[in-house]
Amino acid sequence: MAIIQSQRRREEEISPDGLVRDDPKPAAAKIAVFQYLTVAVFVFLISGFWNLQVQNPDVYSEAAARNRIKSTPILAPRGRILDRDGRVIVDNKASYSLLLNRDQIKWEHLPAIADALQLDYNDLTARIRRMGSLPQIIIKSQLTRDEIAWVESHQDVNTYPEMQLIKSWRRQYPQDGFAAHVVGYVGEISESELDSPAFLDYHQGDIIGKDGLEREYDSTLRGIDGQQRVLVDNMGRERQMLTTQDAVPGKDLKTTLDLDLQAVAELAMNDKRGAVVALDPRDGEVLAMVSRPTFDANKFTGRISRTDWDEIANDPHKPLLNRAIQAQLAPGSTFKPIMALAGLETGVIDDTTHFHCSGGASFYGHYFACHLKGGHGDIEVHRAIAQSCDVFFYNVGNRLGIDRIAEYADIAGIGHKTGIDLPNETQGTMPSTKWKLRMSRQKWYAGETISVAIGQGAVTVSPLQIASALGGLGADGEWFKPHLVMGQKSVLLRNGNFKPENLEAVVSGMYAVVNEGGTGRAAALPNVKVCGKTGTAQVASSSLTKGAGLKTAMANNAWFVAFAPMENPEIVVAALFENGQESYNAVPIVRDVLKAYFDKKERQAHPEMQSTQWVAPRILGQPSARATEIVQ
Amino acid sequence: MPTYRSIRDVDWPLLIVTLVLCGLGVLQIYSATTATRWQDAWWKQIIWIGSGLLLMWIAASLDYHALLNRVPYFYGGAVGLLLVTAIIGNKVFGSTRWIHIAGFTLQTSEFVKIVLILLVAKYLSDMKAQTLEWKDLAKLGGLVAIPMLLVMKEPDLGTSLTYIPILVCGVLMAGLRWRYLLILAGALIVILPIGYHFLKPYQKDRLVSFIYPDRDPKGTGFQVIQSKIAVGNGGMWGRGAKESSQTHLGFLPVPQTDFIFSSFAEEHGFVGVVIALVLYFLLIMQVVQNAQTATDRAGLYVCMGVAALLLFHVLVNVGMVVGRMPITGIPLPLMSSGGSNTWSIFLMLGLVNSVRLRRFVN
Repeated sequence: MAIIQSQRRREEEISPDGLVRDDPKPAAAKIAVFQYLTVAVFVFLISGFWNLQVQNPDVYSEAAARNRIKSTPILAPRGRILDRDGRVIVDNKASYSLLLNRDQIKWEHLPAIADALQLDYNDLTARIRRMGSLPQIIIKSQLTRDEIAWVESHQDVNTYPEMQLIKSWRRQYPQDGFAAHVVGYVGEISESELDSPAFLDYHQGDIIGKDGLEREYDSTLRGIDGQQRVLVDNMGRERQMLTTQDAVPGKDLKTTLDLDLQAVAELAMNDKRGAVVALDPRDGEVLAMVSRPTFDANKFTGRISRTDWDEIANDPHKPLLNRAIQAQLAPGSTFKPIMALAGLETGVIDDTTHFHCSGGASFYGHYFACHLKGGHGDIEVHRAIAQSCDVFFYNVGNRLGIDRIAEYADIAGIGHKTGIDLPNETQGTMPSTKWKLRMSRQKWYAGETISVAIGQGAVTVSPLQIASALGGLGADGEWFKPHLVMGQKSVLLRNGNFKPENLEAVVSGMYAVVNEGGTGRAAALPNVKVCGKTGTAQVASSSLTKGAGLKTAMANNAWFVAFAPMENPEIVVAALFENGQESYNAVPIVRDVLKAYFDKKERQAHPEMQSTQWVAPRILGQPSARATEIVQ
Repeated sequence: MPTYRSIRDVDWPLLIVTLVLCGLGVLQIYSATTATRWQDAWWKQIIWIGSGLLLMWIAASLDYHALLNRVPYFYGGAVGLLLVTAIIGNKVFGSTRWIHIAGFTLQTSEFVKIVLILLVAKYLSDMKAQTLEWKDLAKLGGLVAIPMLLVMKEPDLGTSLTYIPILVCGVLMAGLRWRYLLILAGALIVILPIGYHFLKPYQKDRLVSFIYPDRDPKGTGFQVIQSKIAVGNGGMWGRGAKESSQTHLGFLPVPQTDFIFSSFAEEHGFVGVVIALVLYFLLIMQVVQNAQTATDRAGLYVCMGVAALLLFHVLVNVGMVVGRMPITGIPLPLMSSGGSNTWSIFLMLGLVNSVRLRRFVN
């Protein structure tokens, strides 16, 4: 019985394959599986470390460096813009900018930050999204004292640690738009500029030159920002200063502008629309350049406010337009010296050729009036220039034909950019048969030539072009490229190789304009032989003006271009007074600039005569003392 | 009887590997916490290890059969303690895991692991059949599930997950029909996505950030990214002790506990990592070797339970460090700072020695 029972027990304990249930040996295979699994797990883990530590250690060490090193830009000041005597036109003023550190930006902080600093929230988020790999972004420059206080009290670890104040430079332009167009202005780089390959090295938030010299010489003016590297912990607390790379300030730009002349020209253009350009025809140095209406460039530094921008952009008089290089207007009678030279050089007239002016003449079935209703009578080239006789030049133009006019106008630079070192110069228009065919696929009608002969019709110029053109005539028929920066080699653009006697005849006609009772007699200066030419250019056809009954909007543009001294001109000044009605309204502008030039020359030649310190004239309604301050 | 309890029979290779790993851990804790508010963690850890060794010796002295016979009491006590923890436990880091006993704070769930190892070993060794039936699986599964759910509720998903390998390893060692295995695997595939919906939002975030760490680099993905940066920053040879920027500038979360291996990897590089992982491999293999030499099934199950648990801990913690496992917040055995975890590991190693010391009996 016991045996049977024990037998039964054994049967219970023995599994079907004959092994005792408590024997651990059958599990050996399963343990082996566990061991292989363990090996697999460790291979899996080690491969993870291999991947991170051996295959891509640079990726992660750089990431670790980005974690712990906070680099703060040290902004380089832009170079100053100086006049030819080294006087400061554009300076920098220390200010503070606010930047956000990308790694610490929290989206939920942005509404409060935008609100406190009066930034547009949507604009701010859009800019942050565009940051890319930039470690920081400047979100506001030129903080006010209140804003600085707010940032300082909210930039702690528990509030908005992404905020950081850095010292920056604010561009300080002359007040009230003084020289605004030629100097230009800076602003934050735009999205479209960032997308263009020309701005590859620039980053979002960079301040760049947007117009004028600021834009043209941006690479000279801009410095190289430095960097301060600080070791920080995970809370952004600074632990240790690592390295400091100093900023390299931008280079100063010494311009050819003369602040004295500029100030006089600004003053002369006060309350007028138009432009003044003063050049040295011997080498193309620009001495002054004024455009009116003007704008306050100080509003553009950094990010311009929407209302300021709208006000400037929607102004019908386009204050941002640099009329000195961008106006494209009929030169009117200022074109006549070129006509006279073309007539003399081609031989269609000589200095004795007479035409009879009875107050107008008919060509090709049309009657063309002279500005002098009573007529000039029999008139030759010298008097025709002096009196600005239209009938004389109708005849010269008729004899020359459009293409020969265009040939000489081309040499004088009409219809070509002068190549001045400013952005967005316009080229104007000099019509010709080819030009018309190209523009409208139509033949040139000989009748159209008659208008062109007196600087009307399709001819358009900028004040700079006409200054350069007539200055070149005075300078022995040589044209130099106008430029604004000192130390550049003067570039001879064209040499007309004209007969000296022909040039002399034209110049003597221009002398007569000022000194022999001509249309520009108000420009005469004692001791200096001034030569010039007036122009009264129609804005639209006179029938249209009469029909509309408009007085100022369509009123004639007044021009005056003059150079001096007659024999070897040192300065040529062109003034455009838009809707100035009569050319003599433009003459005093040029006279003032010429006088200022020769007065200054006199002062410099005789320093012992200078009894009192020079005081600038009142500029733009500012008291004299303030104006002196602006200029000096 | 006490003749076989000779100190010479203790598993010396196992003990040496254990102590080397503990040493690495203490050094790393020291390095990672200098000049932080945890800077005295390293000597506390030494105390935990010293007392852990004592606990190990006590556990080794006890006959594991005696312990197995008292499993119902242990189990009842463990479930009771978990309930007490749930009621009076300390809230630390937002979850109730700790209980104060005589000035110490103890994490109950860590000791439940030992109870479950014993429970599984007892249940499976008492079974007479060659393979497990559904009835056994359900019973054993249910017994493991009760403490698991309680721990999960704390909430401590990571620790509760460590109970699974104990059960799975035991069941597989005891023998499971292929058909059952396939059915269970199939059921798991169905249940997992459903289970996802029962996770807490932060637990879901951890899973999501495990799969897409870059989606929210400032939020939940932060720890994964910072850990990977720390590891990668170590390179082949490491940055050197106390020279690691990720650890010392605070970018690495809890570098003395869950992320101690990131810190170690940053300071000692790939070479250090391989050495440490080889030590862990030897540790687990030594425990497995004790399972192979165990005289009975009960001993085998105890040792394999410990081995499976260690393997799971290393896999999940170190996998997390290199971004190959989701963040679960379970510590690295022997290296991570912390009393409960250190003690429970030493107790388990004590059980393994208890099995070893009794291998020549019968």
